[in-house]
Amino acid sequence: MYTGRSLVVAITIGVIALILLGKLFLIQVTDDSYLRKAERNAIQRVVDHPYRGLVYDRNGALLVFNDPVFDLMVIPKDFSLKDTARFCNLFDIEKDYLIENFTAAKNYSWVKPYPLIKQISKEDFAKVQDFLIDYKGLFVMTRSVRSYPRSSAANILGYIGEISGSQLSRDSSRYYVQGDYVGHSGLEAYYEPELRGKKGVKYKLVNVRGIEKGAFKNGDLDTLSMPGENLQSTIDLNLQLYGEQLMQGKRGSIVAIEPKTGEILTIISAPTYDPNVLTGAKFGQNYTVLNNDPEKPLFNRPIMATYPPGSIFKIVQSLIGLQEGILTPNSTFPCNKSLVNCHNHPTPVNLFGAIRNSCNPYYHQAFRQVINQEVSTNTYTDTQIGLDKWQKAVVKFGLNNRLGVDINGEKGGSIPSSSLYDKIYGKGRWKYSTIYSLSIGQGEMLVTPLQMANLAVIFANKGYFYTPHLIKSINDDPSRIPARFKEKRDSGVEAKHFDLIQDAMVQALSGTATRAIMKDIEIAGKTGTAQNPAGEDHSVFIAFAPKDDPKIAIAVYVENAGWGGRAAASTASLLIEKYLTGEVKRPELEEYVLKGDFIY
Amino acid sequence: MRQKDTNLHKIDWVTVGLYFALVFIGWLNIYAAVYDEQNATSIFDFSINSGKQLVWIGTAILLIIIIMVADYRLFHNLSLVLYAIFVLILFLTPFIGKEINGQRAWFEIGAFRLQPAEFTKFATALALAKVMEGPSFDLSKLKDQMKALGVIFLPIVLILLQPDTGTAMVYSAFFIMLYREGMPQRYYVIGLSLVGLTILTLAIENNLYLFGSIGVVILILVAMSKKSWQNAISFVFLGCIMAVYALSLDYVVEKLPEHQQNRIMVLFDPDVDPLGVGWNVTQSKIAIGSGGLLGKGYLEGTQTKFDFVPEQHTDFIFCTLGEEFGWVGSFVMIALFVTMLLRLVFLAERQKTRFSRIYGYCVVSLLLFHFTINIAMTIGLFPVVGIPLPFFSYGGSSLWSFTILLFIFIKLDSNRIQILGRSY
Repeated sequence: MYTGRSLVVAITIGVIALILLGKLFLIQVTDDSYLRKAERNAIQRVVDHPYRGLVYDRNGALLVFNDPVFDLMVIPKDFSLKDTARFCNLFDIEKDYLIENFTAAKNYSWVKPYPLIKQISKEDFAKVQDFLIDYKGLFVMTRSVRSYPRSSAANILGYIGEISGSQLSRDSSRYYVQGDYVGHSGLEAYYEPELRGKKGVKYKLVNVRGIEKGAFKNGDLDTLSMPGENLQSTIDLNLQLYGEQLMQGKRGSIVAIEPKTGEILTIISAPTYDPNVLTGAKFGQNYTVLNNDPEKPLFNRPIMATYPPGSIFKIVQSLIGLQEGILTPNSTFPCNKSLVNCHNHPTPVNLFGAIRNSCNPYYHQAFRQVINQEVSTNTYTDTQIGLDKWQKAVVKFGLNNRLGVDINGEKGGSIPSSSLYDKIYGKGRWKYSTIYSLSIGQGEMLVTPLQMANLAVIFANKGYFYTPHLIKSINDDPSRIPARFKEKRDSGVEAKHFDLIQDAMVQALSGTATRAIMKDIEIAGKTGTAQNPAGEDHSVFIAFAPKDDPKIAIAVYVENAGWGGRAAASTASLLIEKYLTGEVKRPELEEYVLKGDFIY
Repeated sequence: MRQKDTNLHKIDWVTVGLYFALVFIGWLNIYAAVYDEQNATSIFDFSINSGKQLVWIGTAILLIIIIMVADYRLFHNLSLVLYAIFVLILFLTPFIGKEINGQRAWFEIGAFRLQPAEFTKFATALALAKVMEGPSFDLSKLKDQMKALGVIFLPIVLILLQPDTGTAMVYSAFFIMLYREGMPQRYYVIGLSLVGLTILTLAIENNLYLFGSIGVVILILVAMSKKSWQNAISFVFLGCIMAVYALSLDYVVEKLPEHQQNRIMVLFDPDVDPLGVGWNVTQSKIAIGSGGLLGKGYLEGTQTKFDFVPEQHTDFIFCTLGEEFGWVGSFVMIALFVTMLLRLVFLAERQKTRFSRIYGYCVVSLLLFHFTINIAMTIGLFPVVGIPLPFFSYGGSSLWSFTILLFIFIKLDSNRIQILGRSY
């Protein structure tokens, strides 16, 4: 009976076997996604973060180092709290914060560690260390944050922070992952590739609870991390600190450059901030405060702020006139105050006297000769041709374009050419009387304090400069700094024209900036007062010293400080003294500068 | 002169060989599942599961010897008594059993822990053979159907009280034997159609498609039944019943608690709840799937070794094999099982008595069911139910019960000539 049905049973067995083998073939042989999932399960990629490179000043003083901080990691599976309030008290956190982070940890993984509290400082950690043993499922991971021993030079050192989404998507090398720290500004950002070092990777086998079960493939695929490279900055920390002290309570910039090399000795932005506040756990909070500060401490004035140069530009005008052959040392013009206002001084003046007395009408008349060389009979065309020729000459002084300093955010300023006035007034509808303000460094002309300092460099060097830069060597190797910082750049004015200028600049101090004069060191300088329709004028001073062997060129720009001789020249003089002699022996002047409070 | 009971040359050594092959491979895999490279212990170490399993294997061999030297008539004569005893034990289990994972399914006797429901299988098989052996027993008669079903459903009800749905489900395997013994085919057609309709109802989200497909099938059937209007009407009626069934199933599933819903839906989409209900099957598939064609090599599996797959040495033991020996290893193992099952079908068919044949088919049914459901659940073809892989899975109850089940049949088979000479 029913023996035929035994065949049905046998066939059923075969069909079942075929279905199982077929499905197995699908997931084992044709689909390799399971293999990848298995690797994700059991092979843990442990990234070994290298120490970021340190930054020293030009004399070897430490500017930036790494300070250990502690991340409190939680494994949700093992973690339970009996007394939440006590825990929150201990770690000084809000209950909501704890709940939020613990929920995030649970969502991430039930068994893998997740940072519950990030970046606990050394000091805070010492307080809680002994209590950690009371809590299961918690452990501590050490990381490091940047630390600044002298709280100085925030504007050039910059800060690091978690990589942003757009930075990640721009990272074609795919080096970074979410949560990595990168330099966001300053040297930290510019020298990111050198400073970051190289991440190492260890592949570990882990079980379902995340417990290590040895190295994957005996560690053959592991790579060691390489610590970041150290930078030696061109900054002189003592000078930087002194300058920052002098600029307290003021708004403005100081840039000091070693003329022979283009190395920036000091670059100060005021008001500034303590770089230590942009590290560690309070980064976000502090950043918001700084970012909303009306005084804009995050704004790096020496390279980002642009101003009309004012009277210091008269030296550039003089040099261009001499180089063009329009002016000679004997060119004399009367101080005709009907052209443009001036202060009382002997008249008429020659070129030397014009610089010494900063005579405005002199430059009004001299600049007209530079612009209107009568190449064309049409005054309008002639002005246009003359302006463009002049503009090309001015640009060679490192103006109108970014100099190329090695921190991001530098502005180029602007030196107007005919196209600008064509745009404003229409072609052929402007002439010299429209643009004469340029003659005294006013009008449609903007330069950065860095460019002003670089002008002082050109005057000191008699015609050339090196791109100002902030790095002396990488990992003690001076040859590794970018080659462009070693290329001499020419101003287009022959050296012979500078002697008169330098002498006049020395004399200028006794005319417009007597406070800046020093007994032993011959300072060549030029004051400037940039008109400020909004309030008190800006005070500008550029200088170099000693005149015969310049070791420092400097530009000081103090906003709303009134006449250039008062604040800017005194500050520059003190810094020169500090740099050249190592100490300041003029306490009255020092006090005068320190007392000045020009922020309204 | 009474013939000797044990005729070594009459034992079916093919089946015995397959049995030991499977037990041996299973034992190796149990070791692989607990193997820890950093803390390597010998496969014989009694502190780990492979060592303990060796004890179970040793005692199983003892059981085999006892069965083989026992009088074959014993199993026939004691079948109903054994059944009665185990049903009684099952009845008592919920009251005196030890609670593990919310089930009172275990007895603890000293250091041993036994699961009575496992042993009830072979007793039920013997009882079924006994009840159905009479020449007048006819499964096309409702009365006889009821007798057989009664024997099957009594333990099912008692096991459900423990509650142990997986093991209870195993008893439905006896329908394979009932089919061979003449259970009307229409039951199976209806049963399989219901299963198919159920799967379709759950798999197809949009009821419109489902009703559309039902409609098309019914239209075809109606078109084919030109001869009689009556047939056509009854087909339309059938279609309506199917639609009502689908709708009510949807309704019932939606009323289920969420974790039970997930348990069902996870079949169609393991990502429904990957860290909860879906975890087992997701991890199990990863382990097996990552084995590739040839596997990662013995003791080289990471997923099973590092505990990503739960219950890897018991119900999910197949993962270890799949991961470390790949598709080829799975093929060999499935081939061994299929060979054994087909061999048992062959042995059952050559029995001279209905008792032995029915018992043989019971063995085939239970092994086939366990084997199919266990592997199917590890690769996501069936919901996760806690039933072991015969001969492979770690555990004394499982190994002992399958050994007893199988070797009673080998014993009966080896005595089939004598059995013929007797009349019951």
